[in-house]
Amino acid sequence: MLKIEGLVTGYGSIKALKGIDLEVPAGSIVSLIGANGAGKTTAMKSLSGLLKPESGRIIYKGKQIQGLAPHKIVSLGISLVPEGRNILSQMTILENLEMGAYQRKDGQVAADLRSVFNRFPVLEERKNQLGGTLSGGQQQMLAIGRAMMAKPDLLLLDEPSMGLAPMVVADIFKVIKEINQEGATVLLVEQNVRQALKIAHYAYVLETGKIVYNGTAEEVAANPRVKEAYLGGSKTTV
Amino acid sequence: MFWQQLVNGLTLGSTYSLIALGYTLIMGVLNIVNMAHGEIFMFGAFVGLLLVTHLKVNIFVAMLGAALTGAILGIILERVALRPLRRKAVSHLAPLISTIGVSIFLESVALKLFGPQSRDFPSSFTAAFEFGPMRISLVQIFILAVSFSLMLVLRFWLAKTKIGKALRATAENIETANLLGVNTNKIIVLTVSLASALGSVAGVLVGLSFNAVEPTMGITMGLKGLAVLILGGMGNITGAMLGGLILGIAEVFSVAYGNSSYRDAVAFGMIIVILFIRPQGLFGSRDQQGGK
Ligand SMILES: Nc1ncnc2c1ncn2[C@@H]1O[C@H](COP(=O)(O)OP(=O)(O)OP(=O)(O)O)[C@@H](O)[C@H]1O
Ligand SMILES: [Mg+2]
Repeated sequence: MLKIEGLVTGYGSIKALKGIDLEVPAGSIVSLIGANGAGKTTAMKSLSGLLKPESGRIIYKGKQIQGLAPHKIVSLGISLVPEGRNILSQMTILENLEMGAYQRKDGQVAADLRSVFNRFPVLEERKNQLGGTLSGGQQQMLAIGRAMMAKPDLLLLDEPSMGLAPMVVADIFKVIKEINQEGATVLLVEQNVRQALKIAHYAYVLETGKIVYNGTAEEVAANPRVKEAYLGGSKTTV
Repeated sequence: MFWQQLVNGLTLGSTYSLIALGYTLIMGVLNIVNMAHGEIFMFGAFVGLLLVTHLKVNIFVAMLGAALTGAILGIILERVALRPLRRKAVSHLAPLISTIGVSIFLESVALKLFGPQSRDFPSSFTAAFEFGPMRISLVQIFILAVSFSLMLVLRFWLAKTKIGKALRATAENIETANLLGVNTNKIIVLTVSLASALGSVAGVLVGLSFNAVEPTMGITMGLKGLAVLILGGMGNITGAMLGGLILGIAEVFSVAYGNSSYRDAVAFGMIIVILFIRPQGLFGSRDQQGGK
C-alpha cells in the first residue's frame, strides 16, 4: 500500500533521513522503532506532507505523493496522529472530532462519530468541554478518534504511548490493534519497542536517519542488537 | 445626559469594534499585525462615498461595494505582502514592514485619486428620534444596527459553520488544521479578505458618522483599532468587540464630562491602566498571546 524509496529529508544542511526504504503492506501494522533523534518524526512528517523530502519517492496506492501538501494527502486517505497529539485545546471535543471529518462528504460521518464514542465513552461524556481540559491519555484517545473520523486507509501514529501511564498505554495499543483488524493499515512509530513489536507484523529499526534492520516483528524482536539496544534491561521499556 | 452619551459612545465604539475585528482575525490566524488595515478601511469609506454620490445607489449597496472592494484589496494584500514571506526564514517583523509598505502605497493612491481634502458624506437619512431626554439620530441607529448585526453574524459563523470552525482550528494551530485536511492557504486568504471587508464597511459607517472622508482617516482609526486589538487580548474576538465599545464610551465620556482636547489622552491612558492590571489584555490568556 505504501512504499518509501531512498527518502532523504533534512532541516537545512542537517539530513535527518539519509535515504530510507520502507514498505507497508495493505492490512498490516508496521512499526518504525528507534531511539530519540533517530528521525522517526521526520519520517512521519515527510509522509504526511508537513516536510518536503529532498529526494526519494513515496508511493501510495501506486501514485507518487512526496511533496504534496498535508490536506491533499488527507484526501488520499492518509491520516497522521502527530507526536504530542496536537489537540485543538480551544475547541470542544466534539468540534475536534468534527474537524477530523473535515473533508468527508459521505453520509457516514454520524455513524463514525457513534463508533468513536462507543470506543471511547469518556469522549462522549465530555464532548462539549474544551480539548485542553482532557488528561494526556484522554487527549491521545481524542487524537486517535479524530484521525478515525477521516476514515483513513492508512493511519500514521507517532509515539501514541508517549507520556502515558502503563494502564493507558495498554488500552491505546489494544485500540490500535482493533482499528487495524477493522481494516485500516497502520504505520506505528514507537519507543515503547516491546509493546509495539507485540502488535506489529513487520518492523523497521531506524538509527540516525538510516534503516539498520528490518523484518517480521518476531525476527526483529529476536535480533540480538535490537534486544540489547531496545529491549535490554526489561525495565527501560515496559 | 448620561444615557445620551452612552448611546453616542456605543455608536462610536461599535465602529472601533468592527475595525478591531479585522486586526483580530488576522492576528488570530496569521499572528501578525496588518498595518495596511487602516488604509483598507479608508478605501472602503471612499468607495462607499463615491457609490453614493456618483452612482446614487442606496447605502446598503454602497456598503456591499465597499465590502467587495475591501475583500479584493485583502486578497491582493495577502498575495503581495504576506504569502511571499510565509514559511521563509524571515524575521517575524517582515510582514509588519511589508504591510506598512502596502499602507503607504494605498494612502498615496488615495491622495492621487481622491485628493487631500476631506469630503462630506451625504446621508439620505437625517431624521432623529427623541426618547425622553435622549436624541438618537437615524444614522446612529443605522450604525449600531449594522455593526452589531455584523458582529453577531461573525460570531455565529465562527461558532457553528464548518468553515468558521476550520478558521478557528487554523488560528489555534495551522499545522494541525492542515493535517486534518483543511486547506490552510485558502483559510488565510479568506481571513484576510473577510477582515478587510469588515474594515471597509466600518469605513463607510465612520464616514457616515463623522460626515467626513479623507485619505488620512486610516491612520487615526487604524491606531484606535490597534489599541483595541491589544486591549481585547491579541486575537480574541470577544475582546475586540468589548474593547471597541469600551474605548468608544471612554472617549465620548471624556469629552462630555471633561475636556475634548484630552479625548485621546483619556482613552489611551485608560488602555494603559488596564494593561498594567491585565498585561494579556481583557480576554487574552497569559500563555496564549497571538491566538496560538
Ligand atoms: N526543526 C528542526 N530543525 C533542525 N533539526 C531538527 C528539527 N527537528 C528535528 N531535528 C533533528 O533531526 C533529527 C531527527 O529528529 P526527529 O524528531 O525526527 O527524531 P525522532 O526519532 O522523532 O525523535 P524522538 O524519539 O525524540 O521523537 C534529530 O537529530 C533532530 O535534532
Ligand atoms: Mg519523534
